Amino acid sequence: MTTSIKQLPDIEQVLSGNGACGGCPATMALRIVGKALGPNAIMLLTPSCSVASMGMTPRLGYNWPCINICFATAGSSASGITHALEIMQEKGRLQGELPTVFTWVGDGGTYDIGFQALSAAAERNDNMIFFCYNNEAYSNTGVQRSGATPRGSYTTTTPSGKRQQKKNMALLMLEHNIPYVATATVAYPGDLYDKVAKAKSISGMKYIEILAPCYLGWQFDMPETVQMSRMAVRSGAWLLWEAENGKISFNKPSASIINGKKDAAPVDEYLMKQGRFNRLLKGPDAAQRIAEIQGDIDREIAFMRERAQITI
Amino acid sequence: MKAAEVVMGTGARAAALAVKSARVDVVPGYPITPQTSIIEAVAAMVENGELHARFIPVEGEHSAMAAAVAASAAGARVFTATSANGLLYMHEVLHMASGGRLPVVMCNVNRGIFAPWTLWADHQDSMAQRDTGWIQYHCSSNQEVFNTILQAFRVAEQINIPVMVNFDGFAISHCLMPLTLPPQEDIDRFLPPHEPEWRLDPAHPSSFSNVTNAEEYAPFRQMLSDDIMAAIPLVKQAAQEYKDITGMWDGDTIDTYRLEDAEVVAFAVNSMAAELKLSIDILRQQGIKAGLLRPRLYLPFPAEDIINALPQNAQVMVLDRNYNFGHPGGILASELKSALFGRRNDITVKNRVMGIGGIDLPRRFMADEIRAMMDE
Ligand SMILES: Cc1ncc(C[n+]2csc(CCOP(=O)(O)OP(=O)(O)O)c2C)c(N)n1
Ligand code: SF4
Ligand SMILES: [Mg+2]
Repeated sequence: MTTSIKQLPDIEQVLSGNGACGGCPATMALRIVGKALGPNAIMLLTPSCSVASMGMTPRLGYNWPCINICFATAGSSASGITHALEIMQEKGRLQGELPTVFTWVGDGGTYDIGFQALSAAAERNDNMIFFCYNNEAYSNTGVQRSGATPRGSYTTTTPSGKRQQKKNMALLMLEHNIPYVATATVAYPGDLYDKVAKAKSISGMKYIEILAPCYLGWQFDMPETVQMSRMAVRSGAWLLWEAENGKISFNKPSASIINGKKDAAPVDEYLMKQGRFNRLLKGPDAAQRIAEIQGDIDREIAFMRERAQITI
Repeated sequence: MKAAEVVMGTGARAAALAVKSARVDVVPGYPITPQTSIIEAVAAMVENGELHARFIPVEGEHSAMAAAVAASAAGARVFTATSANGLLYMHEVLHMASGGRLPVVMCNVNRGIFAPWTLWADHQDSMAQRDTGWIQYHCSSNQEVFNTILQAFRVAEQINIPVMVNFDGFAISHCLMPLTLPPQEDIDRFLPPHEPEWRLDPAHPSSFSNVTNAEEYAPFRQMLSDDIMAAIPLVKQAAQEYKDITGMWDGDTIDTYRLEDAEVVAFAVNSMAAELKLSIDILRQQGIKAGLLRPRLYLPFPAEDIINALPQNAQVMVLDRNYNFGHPGGILASELKSALFGRRNDITVKNRVMGIGGIDLPRRFMADEIRAMMDE
C-alpha cells in the first residue's frame, strides 16, 4: 500500500522561508524527500533553482549540510563523499549510522552537463541517491532547452518549439544495472515518499527522477503545480515506475495505462494548459504538432510496456 | 629507532610511496601519460591492502578533482595525480578546491599540452593554472618528490589551501633513482592525522560554497589571496622540521648551488635545475663565476627569498620551459622581473625558452646557452 499523505511523518527538512517561487515543485518534492530521509544526510547541489532557493550565505533553508559543487560533477562529487565517509568509518574516525549521501540536481545537471559523471558513478555502483528534479528546462538561467525538454515546447533557445524528442533518462539509468531506479512526481507524494524510503534502505546507486512542473517555464498559473503534475501522469506524458534490481513495475495510475485497463487522457488538454506549448499551437500546423507530441507519448508507453516484459 | 630504508624507484613510484606514507584516505584517479604509473601503483596498493584507502576509478579528470574536493569536504585526506590535458580539464574544479579551502594534494607530472600532441615534458600545463589559487611546488629529483608530497600535506592542512606538486614527465617520473624511505613512525610524527576544523556533518547543517553577496564574496577572495602568501613561512617550517626528523633537505622555498659569489645565476625549476648544477660546474671550470637559484616553491612566488639570495650585480639567466604567450619569453622571467622591480635594480635579467615538448636539456647545452646569453 502506498503511504497516504496523512501518514507522512511531521519532520520538516525544508525550513520555512526560502527563495523559491510560490508553488515551486522542486521545493515541494524536496519536502517529501526530507520526510523520508530525515536529518542524517548530506546534500549535494549543482547550480540550479534549488541553489537559488536555499538562501544566500550564511542563511540556509534546507536542514542538512549542503555542498554546492560544479555543474557537471554531481555523480563524481557524491562518489567522493560516500567513499570518504565509508573509509573514515572503516578507520574508526566516524561512528554510528553513516549519513545518506544524496544529490539534488535539475534536469540540466542530470541529462546534459552532468550525464558523464552520473553515468560513471552508476557504473561504479557508488552508494548514493541521485535525485533529478526535472522541470524540463534550465529554469535558473531563464528557461532554456535541456535534453529533458519535450518536443514542441517553447524555451528561450527553442523559440519556435523544440524539434527533438526528450531522452528517457530513467530508462538510461536502468540500463546501467543499478539496484534501484524510480520515477515520481509531486501530485503523488506518498508514492514519492515510499520510493525514497526504499532507496534509502538499498546500498549502491539509486536514481530517482521527479517530474517538477514549473509554472515559470511551463507557463501556467502558479497554484496549478500539483494539477499539472497529475495531468502529466494521466496523459501518459509522465510514467510512474520503479525498478528493483532491473525488474520494472508500474505504479498507480500509470500501471492502469500500461496494462490497458485505462486509456491515457488525450494530451491536448495537458498541452493547452501550458503556455510553453499553446503559444505555438495557434497556427494551421497545430493539429500536426499535437499529433507529433501524442506520437512521442504513445511510443514511450508502448516501449516501456515491452521493456518491462524483459526480466532477464 | 628504526633505520630508513633505501629502495630503487621512479619518480612515479616515489609519489605513490609518499601517498602510502601519508596514510591518504581517498584517491580518485584517471590515467594520462606520464602520470599513469602513480595511480596504477596506488590502485595496486589499495587492492593488496598495503594502503588502507579508497581508490575511485573516475571517468575523467574533471570528475577526479570533483571527487577529490568532495571527499576532502567530507573530512578525508585526499590525493590525486594528473598531467597536461588532464590538468587543464580540471581547471574549473581547481578553483573550487582553493575557493572552498580544501587541502587536496595533487601531483602534476609535467607534460606539454595539446595541440599538437606531445607526450614529453614542459611546464605549460601547471603554469597555465597559475591563477587557480593553488600552492605549487616544483621538484628536481625522485627523492624530492617523496619528501615534498609529505610536506605538501602538512602545509595544505595547516592553511586549508590545495597544493600541486609538479615534476617532469619521464626525466623524473620514469627514471630509477635510489629512494630513502624514512621509518613510518618518523613520518607519522611529521604528518599527524588530518583533523579538519570543519567537515560536512549532519550534526551541523550548514551550506558550503553557497551563493554570496559581494560583501561576503570579496572578503573570501581577499582571505584566499592573503593566506596563499602566508604559506611561505609554513613551507619553510615544513622543510626544516622534515629535515630535523628525517635528515633530508631539498631547500625550502628556494634551493641554491654555488650561489654566494656568483656573477651569473641560472634560474630554473624542476628536473632541468638538477642538470643545471652540472652546467654550473662546467661554467666554473671555464672560469665563469656561475651559480644556481631554483625556486622549489613556484606559488606563492618566493620573492623575498629570491631578492635576499641573489648576489650583488648578478646577471640572472632565466631558463623557462614554457611560453608566456602575448609576451616575449617565458613565465618565470616575468615573475622574477616583477619581484625584482624597484627592489634590486643591480640585477640584470635575461631569458630563454628551452626544453619545450621534452627537448633534451643536457648540461653542456645549458652551459653553452648561458654563455651565449652573457654576450647578449
Ligand atoms: C559549468 C557551468 N555552465 C553553466 C552554468 C550556468 N547555469 C547555472 S544553473 C543552469 C541551469 C540549470 O538547469 P537545471 O539543472 O535543469 O536546474 P533548474 O535551474 O531547472 O532548477 C546553468 C546553465 C554554470 N553554473 N556552470
Ligand atoms: S522557476 Fe520553477 S523550479 Fe525554479 S524556483 Fe520557480 S517554480 Fe521552482
Ligand atoms: Mg531544470
